[in-house]
Amino acid sequence: MSVDAATVVRIAHLARISLGDAEVAPLAAELSAILGWVEQLGEVDTTGVAPMTAVMPITRAWRDDRITDGGVQQAVLANAPQAEFGFFAVPKVID
Amino acid sequence: MTALTDLTLAGMQAGLRAKAFSATELAKAHIDAVAAARSLNAFLVETPDHALAAAAAADAALANGKALPLAGIPLGIKDLFATKSVETTAGSAILKGFVPEYESTVTAKLFAAGAGMLGKLNMDQFAMGSSNETSAFGNVISPWRAAGSNRPLVPGGSSGGSSAAVAARLCAGATGTDTGGSIRQPAAFTGIAGIKPTYGRCSRWGVVAFASSLDQAGPMARDVRDCAILLAAMSGYDPKDSTSIDAPVPDWAAALTGDLRGVRVGIPKEYRLDGMDSTIAALWDRGVEWLKAAGATVVEVSLPHTKYALPAYYIIAPAEASSNLARYDGVRFGLRVAPPGGSLADMYEATRAAGFGPEVKRRIIIGTYVLSAGYYDAYYTQAQRVRTLIAQDFADAWKVCDVLLTPTAPSAAFASGDKADPLEMYLNDVFTVPSSLAGLPAMSVPAGLSETGLPLGLQIIGKPLDEAAVLNAGYAIERAAGFTASPERWW
Repeated sequence: MSVDAATVVRIAHLARISLGDAEVAPLAAELSAILGWVEQLGEVDTTGVAPMTAVMPITRAWRDDRITDGGVQQAVLANAPQAEFGFFAVPKVID
Repeated sequence: MTALTDLTLAGMQAGLRAKAFSATELAKAHIDAVAAARSLNAFLVETPDHALAAAAAADAALANGKALPLAGIPLGIKDLFATKSVETTAGSAILKGFVPEYESTVTAKLFAAGAGMLGKLNMDQFAMGSSNETSAFGNVISPWRAAGSNRPLVPGGSSGGSSAAVAARLCAGATGTDTGGSIRQPAAFTGIAGIKPTYGRCSRWGVVAFASSLDQAGPMARDVRDCAILLAAMSGYDPKDSTSIDAPVPDWAAALTGDLRGVRVGIPKEYRLDGMDSTIAALWDRGVEWLKAAGATVVEVSLPHTKYALPAYYIIAPAEASSNLARYDGVRFGLRVAPPGGSLADMYEATRAAGFGPEVKRRIIIGTYVLSAGYYDAYYTQAQRVRTLIAQDFADAWKVCDVLLTPTAPSAAFASGDKADPLEMYLNDVFTVPSSLAGLPAMSVPAGLSETGLPLGLQIIGKPLDEAAVLNAGYAIERAAGFTASPERWW
């Protein structure tokens, strides 16, 4: 699998990471090498094999449906880059 | 008398109870050692006050004869564990200045057992790396040097601050985390012991997530007994982690005998790679003889899908990382970079571009790619099917053996900068990744030295929840190997 520059830019946008022009070509080469290497998985016959969903077979625990936490607005906001009026603040999203 | 910093954790416990020294003296000796070793760059934050407060509490309790199990033991904590009121960065600039309002379950358990914290240990950024060269806060330097050389060596990764600190006698024990080998490989590189328990033994709550289906916390210490003591304090069911296992936590340290009569040890033939380093191969053979001498029977086993473990891992782990790391967006915590006049999306992209290092970006982008429309089944679903087959290989092996013996890493520690190609770096985890994919307990024990005098480890892999067998086989190797080498102090 060869990954071209346009694909790298598209995937980086999906991942919400802006890339400098100089970063694209090396990343395309690295991704091509890594994806070329993982493609050997295609050799494995997995007909009838279920994809793993849980590595340890455990039964999920039930708990009472009641509120056990909360009332910690100050703690939640303590590390916010910008908090105003008890909310997280972000750049304007509508005009 | 042995220097306080040379004591094992068990030795500290005994000395404190015998009043040979006080917990405050013990803490101060370690605080001084940490301060004198800053050239290793093992600690990102030093917390002497935390260690001294725990020591004062321990001294008071010891005077009353009511000391907790880890009373006054000073530990290092990997920076992946959220620690209340102490900066927690996961080695990344995107979390610089992040001061958690809560304590991870594992550190809370250690502190509740009486331990103190010397500081937060450097690591590969978001635990992505095998050499501690991806931290945003500089490389950790191994205390070890090859014979006749001053070149800085890597301490392994991602728990490289932990391995360097324990090997350099800055602390007797440290927490690590292991996603594909991040406890075992650094332990092997620095001549210490480390165990990744069964997936679900230690709570992941409050541990910065990398690949949630693989991440496990575990202890790193200078010997097997100390690992057993720390693991017991770290383990246990936690309702705050939905994958936590509700199983009794045995007294692993008390069960160590080194007697392997009746134990069947499997040697997986696929781990004998073409072109394997002859020193590693010879050490592995010696390990087989040591286990036989301890009473074990040895059988060759086959794990036929071994060669597919690394490629499967490098799909699954980045896929989970791309999802887990979506939370770093400049809104709720961590770095924010907002271009003037830019939109919310511009802020996300600029924040993540500035905050993540190159290896983290590479893995997020790979993960996003393999999960994207049109590629999901070919990459991600196929990798998860292969993961099922890898786990089945181990399940089949357990029909004929109780533990497996393998090398921990394909080489001794390498020099900083020597593995610039990402793929070459990934291959370092060839022996540790398969058991991670299967969720199995596995440990590395120091077993010998390379031709240039650098530590080498052997790995024991066990059945689910059978840490007892892993630790006991590790103990047998430790006793037979008689590993006493330690790095000569240059820092």
